[in-house]
Amino acid sequence: MSLVLKKGNEVVGEAAIRSGCRCYFGYPITPQSELPEYLARRLPQVGGVFVQAESEIAAINMVYGAASTGVRVMTSSSSPGISLKQEGISYIAASQLPCVIVNIMRGGPGLGGIQASQSDYFQATKGGGHGDYRLIVLAPSSVQEIADLVKEGFQLADTYRNPVMILGDGILGQMMEPVDLGSGDVGELPDKPWAARGKKGRRSRNVINSLYLDSEKLEQLNLSLQKKYRLIAERETRAETYLTEDAQIVVAAYGMTARICKEAVDMVRKKGIRAGLFRPITLWPYPEKELRLAAQHSQAVLTVEMSAGQMVEDVRLSLNGEVPVEFYGRLGSMVPSAGEVFEEIQRISKKIGEVK
Amino acid sequence: MALVFDRPKSLTDKKFHYCPGCHHGIIHRLAAEALDELNIQQKTVVIASVGCSVLAYDYFDTDAVQAAHGRAPAVATGVKRASPESVVFTYQGDGDLASIGMAEIVHAAARSENITVIFVNNAVYGMTGGQMAPTSLMGQQTSTSPQGRSAESNGYPIRVCELLATLDGPSYLARVSVHDPKHVREAKKAILKAFQMQIQHQGFSLVEVVSTCPTNWHLTPVEALEWLEKKMLKQYPLGVFKKIEGVE
Repeated sequence: MSLVLKKGNEVVGEAAIRSGCRCYFGYPITPQSELPEYLARRLPQVGGVFVQAESEIAAINMVYGAASTGVRVMTSSSSPGISLKQEGISYIAASQLPCVIVNIMRGGPGLGGIQASQSDYFQATKGGGHGDYRLIVLAPSSVQEIADLVKEGFQLADTYRNPVMILGDGILGQMMEPVDLGSGDVGELPDKPWAARGKKGRRSRNVINSLYLDSEKLEQLNLSLQKKYRLIAERETRAETYLTEDAQIVVAAYGMTARICKEAVDMVRKKGIRAGLFRPITLWPYPEKELRLAAQHSQAVLTVEMSAGQMVEDVRLSLNGEVPVEFYGRLGSMVPSAGEVFEEIQRISKKIGEVK
Repeated sequence: MALVFDRPKSLTDKKFHYCPGCHHGIIHRLAAEALDELNIQQKTVVIASVGCSVLAYDYFDTDAVQAAHGRAPAVATGVKRASPESVVFTYQGDGDLASIGMAEIVHAAARSENITVIFVNNAVYGMTGGQMAPTSLMGQQTSTSPQGRSAESNGYPIRVCELLATLDGPSYLARVSVHDPKHVREAKKAILKAFQMQIQHQGFSLVEVVSTCPTNWHLTPVEALEWLEKKMLKQYPLGVFKKIEGVE
C-alpha cells in the first residue's frame, strides 16, 4: 500500500482511470473543475479520450454515445450542471447503459453558490429526470472512499447496466487527504455483447434505444427495469455504523456531514450520552434494514444534512414510525459544526429524559 | 435473369412508415446505397434523431443508437471517439438539427468530429404535426404560424450549410435535393463524398437534402415537388459550400 496526498476531485479522475475508464466528457463548473483539468492531462497519457463539450447537455449525450459502444465512461459536474444533464441521464437509464456520473454538490437552488451543499439528494435518489428510473447513488465521506467508490461504481454500472452517481460535495472535492489508489489492475473488463460498434458480421443488429411507441412494450421495459431495481435494492445496500450497538440516539448523516457528526458523537459520549452514527454509503438503494438494525434500541434518530431535510424522508420511511425522527440542517452551503450537532444531541437527550 | 435493381443490403426489410410523396424513403435508400458501395455496412452505427425519421434504426441494417431531440451530433461524438474504427452518421431533420440541436451541430462541426450528417430540410416539423421550423420560409403557413411566417414575430429562416461554412472544422458541406432523377443522382454523389471524407479521416461532413412534406404542406405529392423547386430552392440554393481539397 502506498499513500499519496491528493485532492478529492483529482482522485475521482485517477480512480476512474484505474478502473479502466478511458473516456470522459465534461464541462467546466466550480467546485469540480479540477476533475476535468486532471483528466485533460491524464487521459491522453493512457490513450484515452477527453472532450470538453459545449454544454453539460452535450457532455451527457456524448457519455450516452460512448457508453453505447461498451466502453467505461464518466462525466462530472456540480449541481446546476447536473440539472442540465437530467434529460440524458433518463435516456441512459432507459437504454440500460453503464456509466459513472459525478456530482460535486454546491448550494442551490438556481445558480446558488459555489460552496458545498447536500441539497441535490432528492434529484439524485428520486429521479431527477422524467420517467420511472433509478440511479445507484454512492456517497463517499473521505478522499480514500472516493477512490474506492469510483472503482465500485464502475463495477456496479457494468453489473447492472445502470448509471451510477457519485454524490460528493464541494468540501470533499476540494480537500486533500492521503489516499491509496490501488494498482489500477482491473483485469478483464466484462464482455458487452449488446454494444453498438457496427455489426461486424453479426446477424442481428445492436440497437440502443428508449423509444417504445407500443404501450405494452413500454410497460414491459418498465417492469424489467423495476425488477432490476428490486434486485439492486436487495443486494447492494452499504452503510457504516459507529457506536450504534448501545445508542439511545442515532445520528444519521452521509458524506462530509457524517464526519462532522462522528466528532459530535465522540463529544457527547464524553458527557455520558449514548449516541451513535449511522452513515449510509448507498443513498439509493437506501440501506433501510441497516438503519432499522442500527436504531433498534434507540429512542430517537437525529438526521443531519446540509439541506432543508431531504434524506430525512428516507430515514422516516425506513423507520416507519418506530422511532421518533428529528432533523437538523444548515442551508445554502452553511456547514453544520460538530458543536451545533453536539447541542442538538444534548437537546434530544434531555427531551428523552423528560419523557421518561 | 440478371438482377439489375434490388433493395440495398444496408436497408432492412421493414416497410417505411413515411407518407406518400415524402422524401425520407429516397434519402434512406441513397444513404444505404452509399454504405453498400463503400462496403462499410458492417462497421456503421447510425444515430437516429427525433422527428419523422426517429425510427431510422428500424430501417438501416446497421447498429444504431437513438438520440434525444437535437443531441445526435453529441451522441455521434461519443460513439466515434470511443470507437474510432466505426463509421458514424446522424440522420436529422430541420427541427432537430437547426432548432433544439443548433449548439450540438455547430460544435460538432467546429471540432471537426469525424462523423457524417444527413440533414433533411423540409421546412416544417413533420412528426409533431406541421409546426413552424427554423427553416420554414417567409410567409409559410404552418400550425404555429397560421398567418404565415412573419419577420416581426418569427424572424428569418436559417441556412445551415452557409452558417457552418463559416467554420474551419467541416471537410465537406453540400446542399442537394431529390425532387427529380437528375438531382437524386447528384444527391447520391454528395452522400458518397460525405462518407468518403469520414473514411479518409477528413473530419466533419454534412449533406443537407431539401425535401418535401406533402402532408404538412397540405399539398399533393406532385404539387409539393413544384413548391420545393419554386420556393424552397430559392431560399436554399443547391451546391457545395465547403470541400477540402486533395480528397478523392
